[in-house]
Amino acid sequence: MAKFRGAVVVDTERCKGCDLCVIACPSGVLALAREVNGKGYHYSEMANPDACIGCGNCGPVCPDSVLTVYKVKVQ
Amino acid sequence: MELTDIIREENLVYKKSPLLTDNVMHYCPGCSHGVVHALIASVIEEMGIQEKTVGVSPVGCSVLAYNYLDIDWAEAAHGRAPAVATGISRLHPDRYVFTYQGDGDLASIGTAEVMHACNRGENIVIVFINNAIYGMTGGQMAPTTLVGQVTSTTPRGRDVKLNGFPLKITELLAQLDGTGFVTRQAVHTPAAIRKTKNALKKAFENTKKEKGTSFVEVVGTCSSGWKMTPAEANRWMVENMFPKYPLGDIKDI
Ligand SMILES: Cc1ncc(C[n+]2csc(CCOP(=O)(O)OP(=O)(O)O)c2C)c(N)n1
Ligand SMILES: [Mg+2]
Repeated sequence: MAKFRGAVVVDTERCKGCDLCVIACPSGVLALAREVNGKGYHYSEMANPDACIGCGNCGPVCPDSVLTVYKVKVQ
Repeated sequence: MELTDIIREENLVYKKSPLLTDNVMHYCPGCSHGVVHALIASVIEEMGIQEKTVGVSPVGCSVLAYNYLDIDWAEAAHGRAPAVATGISRLHPDRYVFTYQGDGDLASIGTAEVMHACNRGENIVIVFINNAIYGMTGGQMAPTTLVGQVTSTTPRGRDVKLNGFPLKITELLAQLDGTGFVTRQAVHTPAAIRKTKNALKKAFENTKKEKGTSFVEVVGTCSSGWKMTPAEANRWMVENMFPKYPLGDIKDI
């Protein structure tokens, strides 16, 4: 069975920390950071990058379109 | 495998639509407006109609939608977007004309305009964001506010004796002969978002086919107005809004 690895790049300065991408992620990859951005929001980040399968669920749930998602097939 | 091997142009599966400008949206965290803006942008992008699309923005939180989508726009007086869209579409029949309106704008002050535009079967798309509240002005009751729902003007909950019943305007508009496609969708999950995108695409394609007015309601949240976190607001919407405002196509001819 093909296995996929993915990655999410967050535009952390534009993220408003709404948490919706964290909830939409089926693999527990994303979490809100302990640190805040310039606007004072706990931005989303890949807390568990190895678990990302690049499913892309997080991208469109973001109201501020701050996520970019990548995916590769391994083996 | 290193992240740098994954984060490469050829591996891209999702990115912000190039039709969205670099302006930071003024919406509150988790606002459904932003999700729907992104969907409209990607539908216009995929259809290649950026130069032929004209939006009409409302009065309400989305009054500034023209700052975020890089297309032509007009901004209408409160509730009058369908009348403005009628004029634009009749003068420019080759354009894809859509209105983008909240529930206060469309179902309260603008009821007459939307009814008659739909009854005339104007060849436009109407996107209706129903968050059951006047978001912009501080969370007052809207026609779509649920029975018992607490708002700043119904602190003890909407009381039908005093405030009447929630207005299912989408079902009313489906009764009119001028509407060709009437649907109700939501954007709270990736699956719901895909369905809403398909509905929006069908609506814009209907303009080309001159199928009459296409009406896409999106049941959305207003976490600030509802005084909840975005996640709580989504749950509240599923439990309380969906029974009154069920999702799915209401009319498709
Ligand atoms: C003629 C007029 N009447 C009233 C208002 C005040 N007003 C501004 S926005 C709004 C309602 C907005 O609610 P909605 O359309 O549901 O949009 P939302 O902010 O919830 O997206 C009202 C009543 C106004 N701007 N103009
Ligand atoms: Mg509203």
